[in-house]
Amino acid sequence: MARAVTTQHKAIATAAAWIVAFLIFFPILYTIITSFKSEQEAIQGFSMIPSGTLESYREVQSQYNYFKPFMNSVILSVGSTILALFIAVPAAWSMAFSPTRRTKDVLMWMLSTKMMPAVAVLFPIYLIFRNFGLLDSRIGLTVMLMLINLPIVVWMLYTYFREIPGEILEAARMDGATLWGEIVYVLTPMAVPGIASTMLLNIILAWNEAFWTIRLTTTNAAPLTAFISSFSSPQGLFWAKLSAASTLAIAPILIMGWFSQRQLVRGLTFGAVK
Amino acid sequence: MGNIVLRNVNKSFGATTIIPNIDLDIADGEFVVFVGPSGCGKSTLLRLIAGLEDTTSGKISIDGRDVTEEAPAKRKLAMVFQSYALYPHMTVRNNIAFPLKMAGEDKAVIDKKVNDAARVLNLTNYLDRRPGQLSGGQRQRVAIGRAIVRQPSAFLFDEPLSNLDAALRGTMRLEISELHQQLKTTMVYVTHDQVEAMTMADKIVVLNAGNIEQVGSPLDLYRSPRNLFVAGFIGSPKMNLIEGAPAAKYGAHTIGIRPEHLDISTSAGEWKGEVGVAEHLGADTFLHVHTDGLGTINVRADGEVPINHGDTVYLSPDPTKLHRFSPDGKAM
Repeated sequence: MARAVTTQHKAIATAAAWIVAFLIFFPILYTIITSFKSEQEAIQGFSMIPSGTLESYREVQSQYNYFKPFMNSVILSVGSTILALFIAVPAAWSMAFSPTRRTKDVLMWMLSTKMMPAVAVLFPIYLIFRNFGLLDSRIGLTVMLMLINLPIVVWMLYTYFREIPGEILEAARMDGATLWGEIVYVLTPMAVPGIASTMLLNIILAWNEAFWTIRLTTTNAAPLTAFISSFSSPQGLFWAKLSAASTLAIAPILIMGWFSQRQLVRGLTFGAVK
Repeated sequence: MGNIVLRNVNKSFGATTIIPNIDLDIADGEFVVFVGPSGCGKSTLLRLIAGLEDTTSGKISIDGRDVTEEAPAKRKLAMVFQSYALYPHMTVRNNIAFPLKMAGEDKAVIDKKVNDAARVLNLTNYLDRRPGQLSGGQRQRVAIGRAIVRQPSAFLFDEPLSNLDAALRGTMRLEISELHQQLKTTMVYVTHDQVEAMTMADKIVVLNAGNIEQVGSPLDLYRSPRNLFVAGFIGSPKMNLIEGAPAAKYGAHTIGIRPEHLDISTSAGEWKGEVGVAEHLGADTFLHVHTDGLGTINVRADGEVPINHGDTVYLSPDPTKLHRFSPDGKAM
């Protein structure tokens, strides 16, 4: 017999889920609320009701150029994602459809690089960037973001490709498709949902990446993460303005995430259940 | 043209040998069936011919051309898979057109060939559907359509009917046989179903543990199996194999007698037994007779025989249809 689920149990579980969701979302919500307060209101203590002033936004816009870091964020996250896909699609293809005894080890090794603290390689990376003249350049940072997210992109695509029956690719081979034809006409279209959610997730990760974007840029290539952090020291006490800047920084990705959440959830749980 | 020659073909995975040095000749236009129990290497052998697996050693030639090292696409073969392996994101039309597109054919030529193939396979009304919207039989026809538009030198079928229900399997069996009559192109067909093998093949290759046990026409194999394996594998219901004193009487280690070559009597005969199960099918009657010392013997009688469970019967083998085998399992 299936476990009985009473209405009461359901109500409690639903309430608990809402509470957890609210707790997770609260910092973002409070940042947004604070951004609509005046500086004076902001330091007066906890309040969920802002006066609704747009003063902070006006000031952020007039004093700082929001557009440039915003564009940098777009270029870096989208650019690094596309670059990562170009490398990850063939890599995941070979691991999924032509595995060797060491494929699992390679995958684990790739993932293990994500466990390494980034600060451990800060010094060598900084020197490489300096010596190649890549500091504060969009190209350098795009490559950097691509490299740090590549393991996750390969992993996600690998799990997707594993779901595609090998016989279909063999059929394409029998039908005269070259390796390129096989990937372009058969594998990629079949994996579109997977590739799309991998792209979305990677754009979000790259958008939110703060360690390297802050350390390897100053002005030219600085994305929104650097934009906010530049607020925190000189404007650290001006909470409303800081909140307005943060809201502007997270808004694009929040909206994108909201619209694509179904796709994202499907992507992250793909292959978990048949 | 489409003659395929295998010489000393060997396939091993590490220390495990799947196909130990096989020689095989497939003539142009022949319908050859590879048959054997699961794991006997029949699919591997087909994939070696297709080029989807690399040979460990040996040589494969198609029309006199050595293709051992060639990519599957270059071998001019078409393959139909057990799972159909259609492209789910393409319409039926695009599925069938795919090999032509890959070959860089003109759009007008592609359209014509696709329409022709669709007509032959009764798919004209389904050209704009996707594979997900088709039944199993229709999907298999699309897979066949995709194979025929290429005008390959040979067709390879890897258990193409296994996923279909029994009724559809019978229909598709006929359709494939008819297609062969029409196209007269070499077909190599893998199955574990010996009924498919018997009904479709010009030549059957019986495989066991990677070895070719016997090659011959269906009736050759039925009449003169070269060894115990072929004797037991070909024919339905299976041949009765009897060892010991009754076999020694015929000067053999084992004797084989097909269920249809036993004479049944209720009064006298060579072997006495009691009917366990009697299956009355109308056209045939199958009897499972428990005998003393010989075990269960299957008997196939023509038409309706008034014998039922528990009846005592006497069985006599037709001496002209008796198969004799030596201790090493070879036919004598």
